[in-house]
Amino acid sequence: MSRLIKSSIARKVVMALSGLFLVFFLGQHFVINITSVIAPDTFNSWSHFMGYNPLVQFVLQPILIAGVIVHFVMGIILEIRNNRARAISYAKYNGGANSSWISRNMFITGLVVLAFLGLHMYDFWVHEMAYKYIEGSLEDPTRYYAETVEKFEPIWRTVLYVIAFGLLALHLLHGFASSFQSMGLNNKYSPAIQTFTKIYAIAIPLGFAFIAIYHHLNPITH
Amino acid sequence: MGILDAKVPAGPLADKWTSHKNKINLVNPANKRNIDIIVVGTGLAGGSAAATLAELGYNVKTFCYQDSPRRAHSIAAQGGINAAKNYQGDGDSNYRLFYDTVKGGDYRSREGNVYRLAEVSGQIIDQCVAQGVPFAREYGGLLDNRSFGGVLVSRTFYAKGQTGQQLLLGAYSAMNRQINRGKIQPFNRHEMMDLVKVDGKARGIIARNLVTGEIERHSAHAVVLATGGYGNVFFLSTNAMGSNVMAAWRAHRRGAHFANPCYTQIHPTCIPVSGDHQSKLTLMSESLRNDGRIWVPNKKEDSLAIREGKLKPTQIKEEDRDYYLERRYPAFGNLVPRDVASRAAKERCDAGFGVNKTGEAVYLDFDAAIMRYGREKALTSGHKDPTDKELRALGEEVVEAKYGNLFQMYEKIVDENPYKTPMMIYPAVHYTMGGLWVDYNLQTTIEGCYAAGEANFSDHGANRLGASALMQGLADGYFVLPYTIGDYLSNDIRTGKIPTDSPEFNQAEKEVRDRMDKLMTGKGLHSVDFYHKKLGKIMWDKCGMSRNAKDLQEAIDEISALRKDFWENVKVPGTANSKNQELEKAGRVADFLELGELFAKDALARNESCGGHFREEYQTPDGEALRDDENFKFVSAWEYKGEPKDAVLHKEELKYENIELKTRSYK
Amino acid sequence: MKLNLKIWRQKDAKSKGSMMNYTIDGIDGDMSFLEMMDVLNEDLINKDEEPVEFDHDCREGICGSCSLQINGEPHGPDRAVTTCQLHMRKFNDGDTIVIEPFRAKAFPVIKDLIVDRTSFDRIQQAGGFISVNTSGNTQDANAIPIAKEKADDAFYSAACIGCGACVAACKNASAMLFTSAKISQYALLPQGQVEATERVQNMVRQMDLEGFGNCTNTGACEVECPKGISLENIARMNREYLSATLKG
Repeated sequence: MSRLIKSSIARKVVMALSGLFLVFFLGQHFVINITSVIAPDTFNSWSHFMGYNPLVQFVLQPILIAGVIVHFVMGIILEIRNNRARAISYAKYNGGANSSWISRNMFITGLVVLAFLGLHMYDFWVHEMAYKYIEGSLEDPTRYYAETVEKFEPIWRTVLYVIAFGLLALHLLHGFASSFQSMGLNNKYSPAIQTFTKIYAIAIPLGFAFIAIYHHLNPITH
Repeated sequence: MGILDAKVPAGPLADKWTSHKNKINLVNPANKRNIDIIVVGTGLAGGSAAATLAELGYNVKTFCYQDSPRRAHSIAAQGGINAAKNYQGDGDSNYRLFYDTVKGGDYRSREGNVYRLAEVSGQIIDQCVAQGVPFAREYGGLLDNRSFGGVLVSRTFYAKGQTGQQLLLGAYSAMNRQINRGKIQPFNRHEMMDLVKVDGKARGIIARNLVTGEIERHSAHAVVLATGGYGNVFFLSTNAMGSNVMAAWRAHRRGAHFANPCYTQIHPTCIPVSGDHQSKLTLMSESLRNDGRIWVPNKKEDSLAIREGKLKPTQIKEEDRDYYLERRYPAFGNLVPRDVASRAAKERCDAGFGVNKTGEAVYLDFDAAIMRYGREKALTSGHKDPTDKELRALGEEVVEAKYGNLFQMYEKIVDENPYKTPMMIYPAVHYTMGGLWVDYNLQTTIEGCYAAGEANFSDHGANRLGASALMQGLADGYFVLPYTIGDYLSNDIRTGKIPTDSPEFNQAEKEVRDRMDKLMTGKGLHSVDFYHKKLGKIMWDKCGMSRNAKDLQEAIDEISALRKDFWENVKVPGTANSKNQELEKAGRVADFLELGELFAKDALARNESCGGHFREEYQTPDGEALRDDENFKFVSAWEYKGEPKDAVLHKEELKYENIELKTRSYK
Repeated sequence: MKLNLKIWRQKDAKSKGSMMNYTIDGIDGDMSFLEMMDVLNEDLINKDEEPVEFDHDCREGICGSCSLQINGEPHGPDRAVTTCQLHMRKFNDGDTIVIEPFRAKAFPVIKDLIVDRTSFDRIQQAGGFISVNTSGNTQDANAIPIAKEKADDAFYSAACIGCGACVAACKNASAMLFTSAKISQYALLPQGQVEATERVQNMVRQMDLEGFGNCTNTGACEVECPKGISLENIARMNREYLSATLKG
């Protein structure tokens, strides 16, 4: 296993697999969140299930956190190694002539997404942990919808979220398709996979942005 | 004058090589570990020889001036490699390949060597396929062939337009395997500066590390020179910029006879010179003559109008075109051997029918082929009643599949689309059949110094057939030299390591340093290129496609004077103990300035026309080469005696026991 | 045409280099880029300055010697050519052209624009071969039929000239396109199967040891490759490597 991580190809594969896992999680996250727009009761009950099911809380949640950390740590390792591979940089570098800005700046879009993730964790996860384990408050299967909508009342948060979703889309536009190439998949199905990943990369963040804006525009009147 | 013995084994032609191999001495595997061999040059001949010798167990050191063995100029060969496999069932055989080669060489090559070449040609293909060389294949999965000039069968194996690169990568991969095992020590970016002889035997070289400028001594029990040809004596040629005669010439100065220096191949299909800035010429593969038709206008006024840009070639009507090769040589047409095709182009251009701005170009036209392939494709794909435009589109597809990369290369250089307007081509210096004289064992006249590939003179006579250079390089390196060298080395099993602190090494190193100092301390009037270009012009004008006694004598005098000027006035900037490309060039040009004179002297001494050597005084009434078998059926091998003018001629009489000498006819 | 040149000058591997400015006149559109450099060097020599050193040899786009990062792209702005086949007609009168060596830790500068690419050689020495002796009695070349498509694919991979443009173009200085092309050539042919597992492991290990960066699939290498080597090769290498690792 250690040999696996030492090779450049293995590092790519780890990056690809953890990325794919996060992409999958993102889809699932979206499916739950969209219910907050179309069926708040469903949203409450699904959220409650996610929040109190031991399997989700004590098995899946740690795996997810590990996935994020692996993807993030490996991304930093790759960036450092890649910078080291060119000690003296070019006086003139015309990367735009041969590759997309998105593909060359995965580290930047990744960092922004990571920063957003910090905010997002603070907004929801920290609050949730505090609610359950520090304050020891009682289970309330109806609180989630209101809590969520309330978060999007301030315009600054909504704007930050929308910007982050935009950069997430850019990150996914390259990363999702790229993960297949990293794992050795480049054949006659690749164009179809490419198309699917591009649609996914735009549709999911767009959907998240829609949810944020929707809740901002439709606050719960007290 | 002396007579040279080629040591060709006795016996019937077809048995010579086998019986020779059975009789020569071998070195046992344990002793091979105690024997060192230096291989200079890592192209097809050097690379394959180094790999095979290391595989046999010898300790090999390779030297090349490039940054990697894979960049040797064999890499630029486009068209293909011949082998008498008879996969096409068109009547090919070892004998026919042997016959074609001797005839193509205008009966100036050695029978024994050429037959051996034909005999091992098939093994080369087997070996290369086993190494993973991706030759072109047919839909059935078997190897494809195409035809080349001067033959009536299809025996050329190819890998699109880069057969040379693929074969060299094969040899280089075999080298890599031995480097990985520690059996080959590669010295890249190193140039051989001199050969070191101890007790009359080649025992090492002095080399310059081109990165640091350090002078190094390397000893060995035998030295193999596989350093290619000397076409760059013409400055403009299809050779790589770095291709040079230094190693061979240094060996020549140490006692290796130089054979037939005047036999030069001028390749008929090269991109014409576009201006004075030109640094090198680019070949368009001979395979193009399979489908392209060569022509010039048959009215001078049309040619003139084209030169002035008033007329386009596509506007010239069919009846106003002169397909001069088809006219003069109906049997072979556009596929006559290279020397014949080149001279015919020169003849038309000299007569005022040439086409580009300089008047030195002819057309290579694919229009007929495009339409022919278009009709064929339309038929096979069930396309009924196609229009001319559709036929053309279909035909262009086929032509692109066959020659796409060559067409693209042409377009990049000339900035014209060769699918729409005919290509312009003109002959250019391409290959040198002459080289170090070697016997049947590929040993030069210095004991322990061997020469392989283009660096030797042996197999192509006065003209080389297309796709035979790759064959000869690999035959020498894979299948001939590794055996024959054992015969010599069997005497060295008890010699032990050759010391590099002997007086001979001291002396050789001193001479190398003195020579470099002299180059560095010229008066500094003109750059190295200035002299090289001047030399090239003399060579092209007076020792080029056609030669005469007066011009040759002038060339000798002019080159001699230019050499003197060079040594007094050359300007080499920088220092000798660092990377210095000007110094590298200076050393090479200095040797070209000696070789050039010997070249002219050899051409002047050969009072006949044969193959690539065309003397205007010796031609038939219709302008074909006129050989003189009675007086010139020999190899001229020159012995170094100081100045080139003092070189002494030795002859190797050529015996033809299996082939009848005829006037070469492709009519 | 008249041009302004900004060229990297560096005395030797140990010295520090810098960009220098030159102007040059009388450049013809039919000249190749290297012929333009020849003109510059002839000028410099006549002015008693040291000429600019650069690697070049065949000048017909096949030996892979020439390199040069021209205006931020390896082999310049034209596609499917090496620097020696880039022609000056691609530039305009008055242009400023920035000329630098290929930059990568694994390609240290030797002098001026010359870099040391022996790291490529060492990758190939680690396994870029089929272990077959020159015995003269290998089986007949036609004994194993190979589908034309496979043979053609192997050829397209083998068309790599080892110039290093892929590394130079890559923002990570990754050598994956080069290494994968070499691995693919053998992976696609039946002759290459016997040693496939060891080959990919050894070559990738050497590639990593040389200090090249990691591939992040930007695709710059494929665009800049003068021989059009495809990204499919990298996917194939990844596949070969994974299956080799899983096998043990």
